[in-house]
Amino acid sequence: MEAVERNAKLVMLKNDLKKEQRNLFVRRFISNKLAVTGLIIISILTFLVTIGPLITSYGPNEMVVDERLEGPSSAHWLGTDNLGRDLFTRIVFGAQLSMGVGLSVAVITSILGIVIGLYASYYRVLDNVLMRICDGLMSLPGILLAIALLAALGPSTKNVIIALSVVYTPNVARVVRSAALVVREETYIEAMKSQGASSLRIIWGHIAPNTLSPLIVQSTFIFANAIIVEAALSFLGAGVPPPDPSLGNILFDGKLVIFTAWWMVLFPGICIILSVLGLNLFGDGLRDILDPHSN
Amino acid sequence: MKIYVLKRVLSLVPILFIVSIMIFMIIHVTPGDPATVMLGDTATTEQVEALRNELGLNIPIYQQYINWITGILHGDLGYSFFMRQSVTMAIISHLGPTVSLAIMAQIMAIIIGIPVGIIAANRKGSLTDQSIMGLSLLGISIPSFLLALLLILLFGVKLQWLPVAGYKALSEGMWVHLKYLILPIIALGSMQVALIARMTRNSMLEVLNMDYIKTARSKGIKERNIVYKHALRNAFLPILTIVGQSFAVLVAGAAVVETVFNIPGIGQLIINSIERRDFAVIQGIVLFVALVYVLINLVVDLLYGVIDPRVRLNHK
Repeated sequence: MEAVERNAKLVMLKNDLKKEQRNLFVRRFISNKLAVTGLIIISILTFLVTIGPLITSYGPNEMVVDERLEGPSSAHWLGTDNLGRDLFTRIVFGAQLSMGVGLSVAVITSILGIVIGLYASYYRVLDNVLMRICDGLMSLPGILLAIALLAALGPSTKNVIIALSVVYTPNVARVVRSAALVVREETYIEAMKSQGASSLRIIWGHIAPNTLSPLIVQSTFIFANAIIVEAALSFLGAGVPPPDPSLGNILFDGKLVIFTAWWMVLFPGICIILSVLGLNLFGDGLRDILDPHSN
Repeated sequence: MKIYVLKRVLSLVPILFIVSIMIFMIIHVTPGDPATVMLGDTATTEQVEALRNELGLNIPIYQQYINWITGILHGDLGYSFFMRQSVTMAIISHLGPTVSLAIMAQIMAIIIGIPVGIIAANRKGSLTDQSIMGLSLLGISIPSFLLALLLILLFGVKLQWLPVAGYKALSEGMWVHLKYLILPIIALGSMQVALIARMTRNSMLEVLNMDYIKTARSKGIKERNIVYKHALRNAFLPILTIVGQSFAVLVAGAAVVETVFNIPGIGQLIINSIERRDFAVIQGIVLFVALVYVLINLVVDLLYGVIDPRVRLNHK
C-alpha cells in the first residue's frame, strides 16, 4: 500500500516537473524577440498562402493574352506576367509549393538523420562507414550536388525533394550523432546497460530524446536552406518544371522581362526573403532558448 | 608536425573514394538508358548501340569504374560528345571567369566580414552591434541569384550605372573587367560577408569571456592590444574554417550567379550540359569542385596546426 502511494507521488512529482519545464520553455520563448518575430513572420506567410487561393479569382496557369505584363492594379494586385497570368495567384501557389518542398525536406532529413545519427553513435563499426559517407556527401557544395542529382533524375518536384534530402541528411546525422555521443557516456546509460536494458530501449527511449533540441534547430535551418536551393534550382531550370509555379520559376520568367516588369522580380523576391528570414530568425531564437551554453 | 600532415593527407583517401563513386553513379541513376537519353527519341538502335560502346556502357560496371578512375588519375576527365573536346579542356577554357569571380567575392567577404564581426563583438548589445547582426541575418536570407536580380533591377535598369550582363576578360583592362564583375561579386559575396561576420562575432565573444583576457585587462593592457593580439589570434580557428568552406561554396554559387549575368564560366557550362544531358561534363565539373573543396579543407587543417600548436600535438 505504501509503495503504491509512493509511486503515485513520484508520478505526480514527475508530471509537475514536466509542466514546470514546459512553462519555462514557453516563458523563455515569449521573452526571446528573435523567435517571436520569426514565428510571427512565418505565421503571416502561412496564413496568406493558405487563404490566397480562396480570395483570388484567377487560376495559377490561367492566361489572359491581352493583359500581358500589366503593372499592379485593382484587377491584378501584383500585376500580370509575360503570358498574362495573374502574379498574385502564381506567387501564392508558388510559395505553397516552395514551402511544401522545404517542409518535406526538413521532415525527411530529420527522420533519416536521427536514425543514422543515433545508430552511428551507438555502434562504432557502423559509425566509421556512415560518417565517411556523410563526409563524402558533405564535401560537395549542396547546390552542386543537387544539380548533379537532378541532371541524372530529371527535373520534377518529387526529384527536387529527393535531391535536397540527399544533400541535407548528412548535416542532420552529424548533429544528432554529436549530441548522442555526449549522452552515451553518461552514467545513467551505463547503469541501464548493466541492468540489461536492450539497446533498442536505450537508443530510442533515453538517447533519442536528448538529441531533439539540436535536431529541431537544425531542421529549421534546413527548411530555410531548402527554400533557397529549390528556388535556385527552379530558376536554373533544373527544379520544378514549368508551367507549375514555384518562386524560382516565376523569377526565371521575371529575368526575361526585367527591363519592363519590375514587379515580376520584386514580389516573388520579397516572398522568398521573408520566408527564409522568418525561419532563420525562428531558428536563431530557438537555438538561444534550447542551447544551455548560450546562457 | 610531419605526422600530423601525413595523417591529414591519408584521411582524404576514403573521402575521395566515396566522392568518386557517387559522381560515377550519376550516369547510372538516370532512369532509362543513358545513351538513349543523350541521343533523344529520333536515334536509331545502331546509333544508340554505337554510343553505348563509345561510352563503355557494355562492360561490367566495376570495370567501367576502374577505367574511369584510372583516366581521372591521369588527368583525363572524359570526352564530351556534344562539344567535341575533352572535358578537361572544356573546364579549363571556362575556368577563368569563375575563378576571378570567386576570388574577388572571397576577398570582399574577408575584408568586410572579419572587421565588421570584430566591431560587433567589441560593442556587444549596442545599436551598432544590433544593426550589424540584423543586416547579416538579412544577408544570409537572400539567395545570391535573387540578390543578383535585385541589383540588376536597381543599378542596371533603374539607375543605369552598371552593365546588366556580360563578361570582359582581364586582358581588356582592369576597369572594364571590374565594371562587368562588380554586381556579380556583390551578389555572390554578400552571403559570405554575413556568414563570416556572424562567425567572427561569436568566436570573438567566446574568447573575450575567457579568464586570460580578464587577466590581461586587469594588468592594464591596452584594449586594442587585447582585442587584436590576445583575442583575435585565438578566435581565428573557427573563422578560418568558415573562410575555407566559403571558397568552395563560392565556386558553386558562382555557377548560379553566372547564369544571371550571362558570364561564360563553369556555371554556365554545367547548366548547358544539363540541358544536353552531357554527363561527362557534369561529372567532370562536380568532381573538380569537390577536389577543390577537399584540398582547401586540407590547407585549412594544416594551417590549424601552424596557428595552434595544440592541434598538431593532440594528433600525435
